[in-house]
Amino acid sequence: MEFLQPTTWTEALAMKAAHPDAIPIAGGTDVMVEINFDRHRPPAFLDLTRIAELSEWGLDNGVLRVGAGVTYTQLIDELGDRLPGLAKASRTVGSPQIRNRGTVGGNLGSASPAGDAHPPLLASRAIVELASSAGTRRLPMHEFFVGPKRSAMRKDELIRAFLVAPAQGPQQFSKVGTRNAMVIAVCSFALAIEPDRRRVGTGIGSAAPTPVTAPEAERFLEGVLGEHDLWQTRAPVAESALLRFGELVAAAARPIDDVRGTAAYRRHALAVMARRSFVWAWNEYRAAA
Amino acid sequence: MKPTPVSGQIGDSPRRADGPQKVRGDFEYSSDLKAAGMLWGATVRSPHPYARIVAIDAAEALALPGVHAVLTHLDVPGTKVYGLEIQDQPVLAIDVVRYWGEAVALVAADHPEHARRAAQAVRVTYEVLKPLTDPELALTDDAPRLHPGGNVTRQVKIRHGDQSAQAEVVVSGEYEVGMQDQAPLGPESGLAIPDGRGGIDLHLATQWLHVDRDQLAGILALPPEKVRLTLAGVGGAFGAREDLSMQAHACLLALRTGRPVKMSYSRPESFVGHVHRHPGKLRYEHGATRDGKLVYVKARVLLDGGAYASSSTAVIANACCFALGPYECPSATVDGWVVYTNNPPCGAMRGFGSVQNCYAHEAQMDKLAAAIGMDPVELRQRNAMKTGSRLITGQVVEGPAPVAELLDRIKAFPLPVEGSGSGRGGGKVDLTQMPGGVSNTTHGEGVRRGVGYAVGFKNVGYSEGFDDYSTARIRLSVANGRPRAEVHTAAAEVGQGLITIQAQIAATELGVTDVVVLDADTQVGSAGSSSASRQTYITGGAVKAACEAVRERVLALAQSEIGRSAGARLERDAVVSADGGLIVTLATLLGDAVVEETREFRPRRTHRLDAATGQANAHLQYAFAAHRAVVDVDTELGLVKVVELATAQDVGKAINPQAVEGQLEGGAAQGLGLAVMEEIQVKDGVIRNASFTDYLLPTILDMPPLLMDILELGDPHSPYGLKGVGEPPTISSGPAIVAAIRAATGRPITRVPVRPQDIVGA
Ligand SMILES: Cc1cc2nc3c(=O)[nH]c(=O)nc-3n(C[C@H](O)[C@H](O)[C@H](O)COP(=O)(O)OP(=O)(O)OC[C@H]3O[C@@H](n4cnc5c(N)ncnc54)[C@H](O)[C@@H]3O)c2cc1C
Repeated sequence: MEFLQPTTWTEALAMKAAHPDAIPIAGGTDVMVEINFDRHRPPAFLDLTRIAELSEWGLDNGVLRVGAGVTYTQLIDELGDRLPGLAKASRTVGSPQIRNRGTVGGNLGSASPAGDAHPPLLASRAIVELASSAGTRRLPMHEFFVGPKRSAMRKDELIRAFLVAPAQGPQQFSKVGTRNAMVIAVCSFALAIEPDRRRVGTGIGSAAPTPVTAPEAERFLEGVLGEHDLWQTRAPVAESALLRFGELVAAAARPIDDVRGTAAYRRHALAVMARRSFVWAWNEYRAAA
Repeated sequence: MKPTPVSGQIGDSPRRADGPQKVRGDFEYSSDLKAAGMLWGATVRSPHPYARIVAIDAAEALALPGVHAVLTHLDVPGTKVYGLEIQDQPVLAIDVVRYWGEAVALVAADHPEHARRAAQAVRVTYEVLKPLTDPELALTDDAPRLHPGGNVTRQVKIRHGDQSAQAEVVVSGEYEVGMQDQAPLGPESGLAIPDGRGGIDLHLATQWLHVDRDQLAGILALPPEKVRLTLAGVGGAFGAREDLSMQAHACLLALRTGRPVKMSYSRPESFVGHVHRHPGKLRYEHGATRDGKLVYVKARVLLDGGAYASSSTAVIANACCFALGPYECPSATVDGWVVYTNNPPCGAMRGFGSVQNCYAHEAQMDKLAAAIGMDPVELRQRNAMKTGSRLITGQVVEGPAPVAELLDRIKAFPLPVEGSGSGRGGGKVDLTQMPGGVSNTTHGEGVRRGVGYAVGFKNVGYSEGFDDYSTARIRLSVANGRPRAEVHTAAAEVGQGLITIQAQIAATELGVTDVVVLDADTQVGSAGSSSASRQTYITGGAVKAACEAVRERVLALAQSEIGRSAGARLERDAVVSADGGLIVTLATLLGDAVVEETREFRPRRTHRLDAATGQANAHLQYAFAAHRAVVDVDTELGLVKVVELATAQDVGKAINPQAVEGQLEGGAAQGLGLAVMEEIQVKDGVIRNASFTDYLLPTILDMPPLLMDILELGDPHSPYGLKGVGEPPTISSGPAIVAAIRAATGRPITRVPVRPQDIVGA
């Protein structure tokens, strides 16, 4: 097995072009598990940890650009105020050790329907930047996920960064697991409300073949908030509207029965989490007035 | 392992000999063993729960680089089947596989990766059969017969009192317990080294060296003295290491290749490499008077033993003998079966049959309390077993049986303040204290508190006439001018602290400060198993007896050398007079002399249950514990936070109080695991979650603080009055949690582990 260790991004892309079967490795918290389970014996590894720019982030024209190698711990410590939804999701990931090693790039690379970074990235309409030695392309998050553990990334490509606007308003993330820590999501839900743009964003994890959004639920809530000018008055939202929002989120999921839970429970839990998340976010918005 | 001296008398909590090494990560576990020129063994396992083996073709595997041997059942020189109670399990499958993951062939290669690849290259042709996976079906004539004697591994019938008793109040229920795993962190592993003269040395993690040795001698067709076993570092056991796993396989490969062979299972392989806790279905009917006195109990207990017998016959006996819980009841009708299926084999696990039935009898007691309108603790106390009570097997309970008192004690602990740390008092939400934890699922919405009580009991030591004993050799000599006692037994330190206990006993009996416990091996007589909460009792008893024999000789020596001194005893490395004055130091008295004695300790004999009535003095000693659980349940999401556990347990005498506390905490955590998360999920005979990704064990955020009230009431029959402590904490902790969940939700909850969907009804 070859172990490739580029120190610059250009070098990494050239190596990936030359060895399309090389498996990129960042924190290794997914890759090494796969190896340990004997699911893969890759011909080569492409170690991305020596490329400094991958673990950096910055603000460019009002948009945050976060390197693929930024860890969960960094996200919590350094970006918690600007990306509160993603930071909340990061706090639920594994254990301190996993949060110190694991990266959002790796979460995207695995493209698991249960990846906890995905719902908040969907809810805040982030963009993923893919690059190969042939060039760079940017994809909206929802186009990135194409199937269970499958993404739109090509064999010659690497994930360089994701781009997202700093939070325009309250963001929430909740995840159901059958243990109170260190648990893979049975299902999860992310919410971003953007008062300036009068927009609501959602993301659902572990309840469909890929992470998905709930567009109908988003439109419904935007309608409710717009109709009564609640964005302005910041009045409480009617219980009936909350229930409907929950139902629409649940309806957007396409869950299955598996070892972690039943499809029926996942739908039920999504509706509850959607309602609660919105109430928390809305209360925060009201309190900020 | 290098023996480390331990000092401390009984009743102290000296630093563990292996503690510093374990904390530093320096401790050598069985999976860390290595030897020059060693090969690695790998196991070819069945991908089917039930199939006929048509052909095994090893040619391709043998042609791979680094491969030294491929073995099948044809290469087993001696007995081809083994088993703790019934010899029904093939060392390597013979013509048929009966469970998913059964060992079919073995490979030895120069590198673990080569061994793994070679195992994949062994071509096994199967004719797949329809697996028998429903234990109810196994009881019927429609089921395929998995073993020559049929599918019932053992049936137990207990008939106690009036079989047609009637009662004013009757409650009934059906309960189901899922398959729990012992999940020891150390995998099955060991190193077999051929001695070049036809014999073998095996270094391994096990619970009982001699039972392994005797089984191996039969399988390898060697006299027992040519099979020498030494205990390596054991990373937890909990019953999972009672049966053979890699032992025979490593020895077969080592003897065939003439090279040391190491085997160490991966985590997924470990899940098929050992037996599990029996899943059970239990149907109960309780009859009582309106003022809450039990009149009769009828119980039907069905345990799924899986493909091979392992300890099933003893587990079903326990499940039936203790089916009612620690209560007096004039009449009982208990029928129990353990059956063969094509599910994973089940056997010993901490609590051993008493765990399954405790979920049922405690749910029934709560149901009865509700039906009568009585406080559930009061109902339990009104029926509580006590010294002199007669069990449903006819045996009279001797020694302390403080059931009512244990319940009083846990009730006396003040309840935690509701909303404490939960943010519902208005402060900032502390998610770690919420159901769902840091996953941010509730800030108090839907959360309801519940409190539940449970009490359980079980036997200590082996039962039903088993010749249970242990052996200890004590050697007293002078080293570097100081007396030193060496303790040699074959008792397995599995993490419970037995090495320290043995040293404490020797220090107390011989009055010496320098005590060394030698490696456990088969060069001394059997110690029996580190199971059944028995080692401190039985091996502790053997160490005590051997020390007493040494002491007698030393005092006799002192008398002949120095003269008579009434009441002389050993203390502070010396012979002292009745008033504590120095007579002679041991260093002076012994000089170059060595005093060595070996003793066997045998507790009182037990008897086999009568097949028709289940009557007998079948058990040695009973241990009791009670738990109170306080839980917060998110009733909308079905998530549970155990807020607090409180326990009271009679340990007779705490030889090492810190070790006792460790057992109470660990046992409660294991009970919590079964109550709310730990389950091997089996579908059509296949394990679907054979890894720690989806077999969930409690974390520090799941296990709450444990309040403990440890009673030392002293058993008149046991050494120092001690009782076994290891298992009772695992019995009633889970049932208390489930009772609390019922109290919080108002739902019946009849199955464990309790899943979110069971709480919300989705
Ligand atoms: C104990 C444990 C607990 C866990 N808990 C959680 C959890 O709670 N929630 C959760 O979502 N996940 C969890 N995980 C999974 C894992 O930690 C996350 O998916 C993490 O984000 C992976 O990041 P990594 O940097 O370690 O990725 P790696 O393992 O290094 O890589 C993962 C995948 O991404 C690819 N990859 C990595 N970087 C790039 C790149 N720049 N360009 C292209 N491809 C790339 C790799 O080739 C690989 O396919 C857990 C894992 C463990 C072992």
